[in-house]
Amino acid sequence: MRNFSFSRFMFWAGLTFLYLPMFILVIYSFNESRLVTVWAGWSTKWYGELFQDTQIMSAVKRSLEVAFLSATSAVFFGMLSSWAMVRIAKFRGKTLFGGMITAPLVMPDVIIGLSLLLLFVAFTQLTGWPRERGMLTIWIAHTTFGMAYATVVISSRLREMDASIEEAAMDLGAPPLKVFFAITLPLIAPAVVSAWLLAFTLSLDDVVIASFVTGPGATTLPIEVLSSVRRGVSPKINVLASLIIFAVSMVTFTVWYVSRRLEKNRQKAMADDFLIE
Amino acid sequence: MKLSRLRRWSGETLVVGIPMVWLLVFFLMPFIIVAKISLAQSAVSIPPYTAMFEWADSRLAVIFDLSSYVWLTEDTLYFDAYVNSIKIAFFSTLICLMIGYPMAYAIARAPAANQPLWLLLVLLPSWTSFLIRIYAWIGLLKNNGLINNFLMWIGIIDDPIQMLHTPFAVYLGIVYAYLPFMILPLYANLVKHDQSLLEAASDLGAKAFTIFTRITLPLSKNGMVAGSMLVFIPVVGEYVIPELLGGNSTVMIGKVLWQEFFNNRDWSVAAALAAIMVAILIIPIMLFHRYEQKTLEEEAQ
Repeated sequence: MRNFSFSRFMFWAGLTFLYLPMFILVIYSFNESRLVTVWAGWSTKWYGELFQDTQIMSAVKRSLEVAFLSATSAVFFGMLSSWAMVRIAKFRGKTLFGGMITAPLVMPDVIIGLSLLLLFVAFTQLTGWPRERGMLTIWIAHTTFGMAYATVVISSRLREMDASIEEAAMDLGAPPLKVFFAITLPLIAPAVVSAWLLAFTLSLDDVVIASFVTGPGATTLPIEVLSSVRRGVSPKINVLASLIIFAVSMVTFTVWYVSRRLEKNRQKAMADDFLIE
Repeated sequence: MKLSRLRRWSGETLVVGIPMVWLLVFFLMPFIIVAKISLAQSAVSIPPYTAMFEWADSRLAVIFDLSSYVWLTEDTLYFDAYVNSIKIAFFSTLICLMIGYPMAYAIARAPAANQPLWLLLVLLPSWTSFLIRIYAWIGLLKNNGLINNFLMWIGIIDDPIQMLHTPFAVYLGIVYAYLPFMILPLYANLVKHDQSLLEAASDLGAKAFTIFTRITLPLSKNGMVAGSMLVFIPVVGEYVIPELLGGNSTVMIGKVLWQEFFNNRDWSVAAALAAIMVAILIIPIMLFHRYEQKTLEEEAQ
């Protein structure tokens, strides 16, 4: 099996390639020196400096708010469109709908950003709404691409799920909303959680679309980081990067661990049931 | 009976209607407006372009101003930027495929219990900040950066090699950032292959290499197309990577569009650039959509 060992080698080499730059970034975030590439001993002083930087801290707060709101609305729309794509066999405009829900996954950011901005400007011109661009327009933009990703995650779970349970409940006279909350939602819950987390990180990460659709006064964290990075490498950005990497890893492994435990319990419960029968 | 059917109808209408209206207003309509503004001329006004409809002396004039498109043909910068973006996207997709395929294959053939963790390790970097992962390379590639310092320290080179602000840095950054997007659909495809097919071929005396080229590779076509489109299409319009790693060495259309909009404040030229980009990408996007549908159908069977 030479083939197998070659692919394994590529796998570990690829992982090294993916992780080494991030690893080095984390180490250098503890560098004492202001010159980022010169090592001058361990220090956590830049961590302190970062938390004192009110401009960055308020951008962090704003970004978290937008990400929270847009992830929530993206998951709501994502559930509706997953249901439409998977459970409703035919409706008028399904092909168009399917195209519109997959296109944002690949559409370049500059196009989404520019086109949405031009839409907002045209709206303001015609109706006076939105009066100014900022948090609201970023939320709309992030909801739009977030729902595309949420739909991919939720619909693949919904497709795996047996529709006959829902149908049985409906036949027994349960109203559709009750069926959804009592049966469908608990079963797709893991996918809903991962869709929310995905939409949240995507919103937190977006710089290009936000740069187009934002207005004065609403600077998100990535916009702040981009303008700082353009000026050169800075120790504070290294610290910020390390904190982001740390937070994402923690959340990811927690979710992974919990879902693995749940899955094991579920399998064990099923095996027990089988034994009793 | 009638009442329940009515209720069902109105329920379905809401489920379809709410996301449908949202996408029509905030995804499709913007493209129509881009097309409209690309047919205007930039002007010193708010908003900074001329109107399409003019009403004077009971005459309604509809003006399709092609000057932005004409402008794009007059300067070779724009044509070069499109060609260069497509070239860079094509080769970086190829490199991603060559690195990503064996990685996806290794995960798909690993013991089933290890697969989720390995896949998680590949995807984790893409959930941290994109911007920051590109930023990490600046510190590595600079003339006084870590790679040059290291090479000079061990004595391989005497003077730093210029790596940042070269096409090499752009390719490196793109492959680094987009590799996980290639691996995910490839893995999803490879993991579903019927192992008994491979065993049968092996029992009949086929060599490992033959099995791979005659069975595995053709079977993974859908995954390869989906992964390639997931890399190629966004890379054509990439802005952050050429801006931060390419400097002035690489002209890509996403960066040109950004500069037209933010630096030159020429909205109609930016809109024309976007309209042409969508026209170029529409076939790859349809390909992506079709192969995604195909994959879903495979799953349903």
